[in-house]
Order: sequence, then structure tokens, then C-alpha cells
Amino acid sequence: MAEAVLARQPKAGSRAEARGARPRPMLSRRNIVVYGTLFVVSVYYLLPLYVMVVTSLKGMPEIRMGNVFSPPLEITFEPWVKAWATACTGLNCDGLSRGFWNSVRITVPSVIISIAIASVNGYALANWRFKGANIFFTILIVGAFIPYQVMIYPIVIILREMGVYGTLTGLVIVHSIFGMPILTLLFRNYFASVPEELFKAARVDGAGFWAIYFKIMMPMSLPIFVVAIILQVTGIWNDFLFGVVYTKPDTYPMTVQLNNIVNSVQGVKEYNVNMAATILTGLVPLVVYFVSGKLFVRGIAAGAVKG
Amino acid sequence: MATKAAGRPNQLFRNLNAKIASIPMIFTALVVFVGGTTWTIVYSFTNSKLLPRLRFVGLDQYERLWSTPKWLVSIENLLIYGILSLVFSVIIGFILAALLDQKIRFENTFRTIILYPFALSFIVTGLVWQWMLNPDFGVQQVVRNLGWESFTFNPLYDQRIVIYGILIAGLWQGTGLVMCLMLAGLRGIDEDIWKAARIDGIPMWKTYLFIVIPMMRPVFITTLVIIASGIVRLYDLVVAQTSGGPGIASEVPAKYVYDSMFLAQNLGQGFAASTMMLLTVAIVVVPWAYLEFGGRAKRG
Amino acid sequence: MFSVSVKNLDLSFGDVQVLHELNLDVAQGEFLVLLGSSGCGKSTLLNCIAGLLDISDGQIFINGRNVTWDEPKDRGIGMVFQSYALYPQMNVRGNLSFGLKNARVPKEEIDRRVARAAEILQIEALLDRKPLQLSGGQRQRVAIGRALVRDVEVFLFDEPLSNLDAKLRADLRIEIKRLHQRLKNTMIYVTHDQIEAMTLADRIAIMRGGAILQLADPHTIYARPVNKYVADFIGSPSINFLQGDISTRSRPAFTADGIMVPLERYQFTGNGINEGPVSFGIRPEHIVVGEQAASLPFHMEVEAEVVEPMGSDTLVWTRLAGQDFRFRVDGQLPLKEGQRELIGFDPSRASIFDGETELRL
Repeated sequence: MAEAVLARQPKAGSRAEARGARPRPMLSRRNIVVYGTLFVVSVYYLLPLYVMVVTSLKGMPEIRMGNVFSPPLEITFEPWVKAWATACTGLNCDGLSRGFWNSVRITVPSVIISIAIASVNGYALANWRFKGANIFFTILIVGAFIPYQVMIYPIVIILREMGVYGTLTGLVIVHSIFGMPILTLLFRNYFASVPEELFKAARVDGAGFWAIYFKIMMPMSLPIFVVAIILQVTGIWNDFLFGVVYTKPDTYPMTVQLNNIVNSVQGVKEYNVNMAATILTGLVPLVVYFVSGKLFVRGIAAGAVKG
Repeated sequence: MATKAAGRPNQLFRNLNAKIASIPMIFTALVVFVGGTTWTIVYSFTNSKLLPRLRFVGLDQYERLWSTPKWLVSIENLLIYGILSLVFSVIIGFILAALLDQKIRFENTFRTIILYPFALSFIVTGLVWQWMLNPDFGVQQVVRNLGWESFTFNPLYDQRIVIYGILIAGLWQGTGLVMCLMLAGLRGIDEDIWKAARIDGIPMWKTYLFIVIPMMRPVFITTLVIIASGIVRLYDLVVAQTSGGPGIASEVPAKYVYDSMFLAQNLGQGFAASTMMLLTVAIVVVPWAYLEFGGRAKRG
Repeated sequence: MFSVSVKNLDLSFGDVQVLHELNLDVAQGEFLVLLGSSGCGKSTLLNCIAGLLDISDGQIFINGRNVTWDEPKDRGIGMVFQSYALYPQMNVRGNLSFGLKNARVPKEEIDRRVARAAEILQIEALLDRKPLQLSGGQRQRVAIGRALVRDVEVFLFDEPLSNLDAKLRADLRIEIKRLHQRLKNTMIYVTHDQIEAMTLADRIAIMRGGAILQLADPHTIYARPVNKYVADFIGSPSINFLQGDISTRSRPAFTADGIMVPLERYQFTGNGINEGPVSFGIRPEHIVVGEQAASLPFHMEVEAEVVEPMGSDTLVWTRLAGQDFRFRVDGQLPLKEGQRELIGFDPSRASIFDGETELRL
């Protein structure tokens, strides 16, 4: 069952094996070039992460003396504590924790609502085609390419009219709207790849729109839901623009607050606190990324290649 | 004819549930995307300042826009950043994908390492690289400490090269995605092509260059469109890394729009600038969409 | 009263007319096969009967009730699909009872019907397995079971055996036939496989281009095809066609490049005989070889050009009247390429088609 569903996944991982020349002796010149290059590249990609971590564990005096790459002589967790609990943004001095909880309160409902809407919509588009549906869908997909800047202000007006401008609710609505194109596409393509006869069989069996969705389609589609969750959690957590436009300082998500802490012009720069705050902000998507592994790759491949 | 198809239910109520389920999509497509875009374009011809007002001033906002140094710098930066990031991310991404496609060990490890920056926020990326490129403690100082006293690499505080400092961070974050797309494309190529090329004695680099890459044309085009539409949105990275500085040296259009709308209280300028951004995207996307879907629709 | 009745059915997708002015009546308990190559509209017609496609015009009756705009579940049909279409996350019992649960049938009744279907199809041992743990044949049995439990009058089969390998297909074919004999429901069965059609059907409807060309019992379809397409479609190896003319000068005969076939024994259809170009069809298995051929109205010596032994019999390629010609001989007959042999046939077994309209003469 699981394999069957996974096998229906488009694109990514369509071929299990890597290609290229047959295996050769490990120490051939070619292997040295390939592994050597990849090793150097890996070091380059890992370096910033390393620098973030070591900086965040140093005291300020040590940072002023040494260079960014040297490991800490004396490990201190003080910067982490300060970044989380007491760093100041404007008048608030309760650290990033406020932003963290704001981001949680934004991300959880946004992910649930946007996926609920998009999955039902994708299902309707794939299996219950009605006249005109494709016109709206085309507009939706084309709309995904419109720079957000073009729609920012009209949405401010809409949210203000609804009385939710500056609130977390407003931001949740915005995330649900802008998550719709890619998610709808993702779900539509997935449901369209489910054999149509299954859908027909369910109709003969007397299942209606919602029964087929909840009893047949959804249980078959858990992997694509996981992909969508990964896509949305990282996307919404990492958002900055909507956060800064549609929320107020009290409700700023973590990214906005992080930027305000680090780039505030007042006071002495505390690089170790800044880096600790940066890691803290990056932690959620990183954990999602490392835990989800291949599904993350599949999500961006499915979303991107098809989109 | 009259009796035929008698009893046909009202078309409006057929598939009613599907229509209900599509209401959010219809709302988003019509009100937000079409409505919002139209609204912004219309108001870009007004002299709205703090609040949107329908007092039309023709192309004034656009004339002002194109005579504002900050906007011109923004456009120049976007062009430099855009072209270089397209070229480098595609080349690097493809080479990395080709390396990972050599039946190597630890493929997953390497891929995980190269892709992880993509999971991070632009804000995080920008701040890390701000720190890495810090002239007093970062790369420049490290090299100087090694004995090369005159070494200078200080992009974030040098107006002439600040955009390249942002490019470094942008590439660090975005190449992994390109690599993944390319890898998916490479894996989609029939194994027999490789066997045939080997039997014909074609060297590997030639196989890539003359057989595989042409076969991957759709993947390349899609990748280019995705990167390009991302480039136009470049905003968070600049805000975090340089805040547009030093001076206005690293301004970008998206930031110009935000600043006009929400800081300078000059809505009209913001609308005009965002309409210009839309135009830029249209120039990239419309030909692609036409080739990709217009042709297909006709064939289908 | 007909079990299923389709009246003047039209179906178009946009500008494309898929089914045109289609009429079909299926009697109670009849096994009707819709046969045709892919794209002929046979599955589409079945989907219309099932209510899975909205028709553009016309009416559909099932058991005397107008069901044209009814939901599939309300039409009193059960359907079996080519890809089995089993719900992968449910076990066999769940698959069989899903429709009944949707119809809010009481639990004991569900259990009773599932048990009966499982008994008929001999899948009792599989009830707790998931579809992925079943073989192709078992899956199709479950799919049939899903139609069975619905206790309906009409079964619709959409190429149910096409995904199975040849041997399983033959086995299940017999089972479906037994099932029909036992249950005596109306069955409408779509296939592109003429063996399935010939072996299962009470009547076959041959479809092409969204229309029914011929609707008749298998033997009539085989022996008296209404047009050239049907003649060509039915029969394996396919029928021989000789291009030539009908002449009525002294007596009716078919003439082509050096041969003349007397047609006194050929049964022409109503309209009498006209001279003109025709296709003369004669099946390879109706050719008689050797001494017996000499006594037939038409016989001639030909040279075997290619010999294809197929075990039980052998297909021999030759040329007749300068045209390709095949005939079938017993597999035991020692026949070599280049060998000359006397062949002959009875013109009453032939089918002659107008050169222009391709209709049977």
C-alpha cells in the first residue's frame, strides 16, 4: 500500500538507482575529483552553520579577539539565554520567545487551513471538473507569478475592512491565500494521478463528494499531505514580508523580530546573541528539513518542476 | 427535440459540492489576484500619498520613478543580481547534480548538506552572511591574520561591490534547489541513452553537453522561470544583510515598493514601482507560459 | 420490458461528438458484449449507462425506469473495472461493504451479502487482506464481488480481464460465464478482445466511431458480418480479402485477375446483384486443402510462399489472383515452402462487400 502510493509520486525518485559509469576502484582519479569537489563544496555550505554555532557559544571578549572560525575557548550558553529571554526589540525586552510563540500561532493555523482548502480544491479540480473551474485555476497559477508587492496594499485594505489588519488572524488569511496556488497545484496533480476508475467505483458505491474525499482520497494521500505540511511549515515560518506588512510589533513573527534585534542600531552589537537568535529562528525549518529528508526534496521537486 | 434530455437537473446545482469547495480559489483568483492587481495598476496613475485617492495624474508617478536615483540603483542591482544568480546557480546547480549522479556513496549526505540552506529563512541567511563578511571579524580579518595583511574583501561596506556580497548569500541559499531540480531532470533521462552513448564511445562530458542537456530543456526552462520569479521578489535577504546600504547601494525594487508604501507614505510611487515589477515578471513569464501551455493546448 | 434501454443517445465533449444517435436494447438476463478497438466509444457508452458521464441528449432506461439523470448509485447497477479499482486502504471485507455502508444497509444484511459473495467467488479466505496482498486474479474476483453484493439487476464490466495475463484471463472468463449462468442477471461487458466477446456473449455489439455497426449473436457476426470492417475485425487469423468485380453476364460470379468464383450458392442480401467492384472475403479456416478441394465450386492450385506453424494448425501464405491470401491447414499436414497444393472453398461461406460502401452484398 505504502509503496503503491509512493510509486505514484511524480518526478522525484522515479528511478531508484543513480546512473553514470559502473563502479570503479575507490581511488581512481575520477573518484578523487568527484569526492574531492563534493567535499570542498560541502565544507563551503556547512561553514556558515559552523560559524553561527561557534559564535553563539563564545563570550563577547573572545569574539573581539579571535576570528569567526576559531572554536570557542570557553563555551557559554549565556547568549542563547539572552537571545531567547531578554534581548530587546524596541521597548519589548522579552527576547525572541515572543516571536517564537507568535510564529507558532501563525504557522499552525495557516498550515492547517491552507492545506484543508487546497486539498479539497485540488480534489474538486481533479475529479469533479465543472464548467469554468479551469479558468479560475489558470488565474490562480498565473497569479502565483505575480510579485507579492503588487497585491500587498489591496490586501491591507481588504483586511482592514474585515477588521483583522494587524492581527494574527489577518496574517493567517494572507498565508492561506498565497499558499493556495502551489498547494492546489500539488494536490490537483496528485489526485489526478489516482486512477480515475477508483473514483468511479466509489461513485457507483454511492459515495458522494465528501465521502470520497474523506474515505477514499485522503487515506490514500498521506504522503502528499506530509509533503504539503513540510512545504507550508518551512514557507510560513520563514516568511518575512507578510509578517512585517500585516502584523504589529506585538504580533511580529520570529523572523521579523530577529531582524529587528540584529539590525537595531541602538546599543553595542552583541554578535554572540545575534547568532544565537539566528540559530533559534532557523531551528524549526532545519529540524523539519533534517527529519523529513527525502520528502522535503520530493516536495520542492513536485512543487517546483510541475509549477 | 422538446422531450429530449428532459429532466436534466439545473446545471448550476450539478457538482454543487465541488463548486462550494472552489469558493476560496475563486475568491483568491478573482478578488485578490485579478482585483488586487487591477487595483494597484489603476492607483499607480494617481497621486495617492498617505491614503489611496482616485486623483489621476497620468504617468507622473512613472516619470518620477524613473528619475529617482534609488529606483535606478534598484533596477541596476536587480539586473546584476538577476543575471549572475541565474547563470551561476544554473551552472553550479547542474555540475553538482551531475556529480551526485555518478553512482557515488553518501549521495544523500551530500545532497542534505547542499540543500539545507534552502530550508532557512532569507533573514537567517542574510544575517549569517552579514556576520561572515564582517570586515573586522569575518573572512577578511581571518585571511589577514593568516599573514596576507593587505587582503581586502569587504563587500558589505563597499558601495561598488555590495550587490556581490548579497549574491554570495543568495547563491549559498538557492543553489541546492537548482541542484535538486537538475538531479530530478537527470534521473528522468532514460538509462538507455547512457548505454548507447557508451557503446558509441562518446566521452562523458560530451554526452552531457550534446545529448543530456538538450534533452533536459524543459527542466532548464522551468528552473529558469522559477529562479527568475524568485529574483524579482528579492527583498528579505537585502533587508537582513545590508538594509539597502551602504547608502542606497544595495536597494532592490521590492524594497523600494515597501519603503514607498509603508515608510515614505508615498503610495503612488509604491504602486508605480510594483506595477513595473509586474511588467518585468510578465516579460519573463508570458513567453514561457505561451510556449509551455499555449502550444500544448493547441496540440491537445 | 428491456433490462437496459438506450434511446437516441448523444454525447459530445465540446465540439467532438463521441456517441451519436445511439440506440441499444438489452433483454433481461442477456449477456451483451460491446466490442471494438480502442477509441470506438464502447467504454464511453458503458460509462453513460452507469451514470458516470453526463450525456448530451437522449434517454437511458434501466428496468423500465428512466435513469437518465440519476446518480450511479441509484441506477441499480454494479460495475467492474479494468484496473480493479479496489480501495487500497480497506481490506477485502471493507471493499465489499463500502457501498452497502453508504446505502445504510443494516449490519447483519451487509454481513450476509458479503458472505454470500465471498462464497460464490471463493474469496472467503481473503476477506481480511488488503488489495496489495492479493494477486491480479484475486483482485478482480474482489472487484466482481463488489458488484455482486449490491444485489442489482445489471452488471457492467469495463474490460475486466485486460490487465491479467493470458492464462488467468482464460480462467476468469469461464468463471464469469458460470457466474452469469448461476445469477442470470443482465450483463453488459466491454472488451476489445474478440475471443472474450465470442465466448461470453449472447449478443455482440460491434462499435466503431461512436456508433454500433452490428448487433447480433456471435455466430451471425462471424458468418455474416454487415460490412468489411466487422468482417476484418472478427476472426483470427483475419479474413482474406480479394479485390475484384462481380459479373452477372452468364451467371453471377466474382472475377479477379485470372480467377473466377461462381456465386450461385452465395446468399446475396435483399437488393439483388449489381455488377461492379467488390471485396471478396473468405476466412482462412474455410479453405479446404487437398483432394476434397477438387469437388468444391472453386478450386485452384497455389504455391505455399510462407508457412507459419502454430502447433495445432499451420497458417500458409500464398498468392491468389495476384493478391495476398492465407489459409489454415491442420498442424499435422507436412507442407513446405515452395510446395504446390490444391485449395478450394465453398462460396456460400464467403462474404462479399461493395467496393465503395463496404456494405455486405
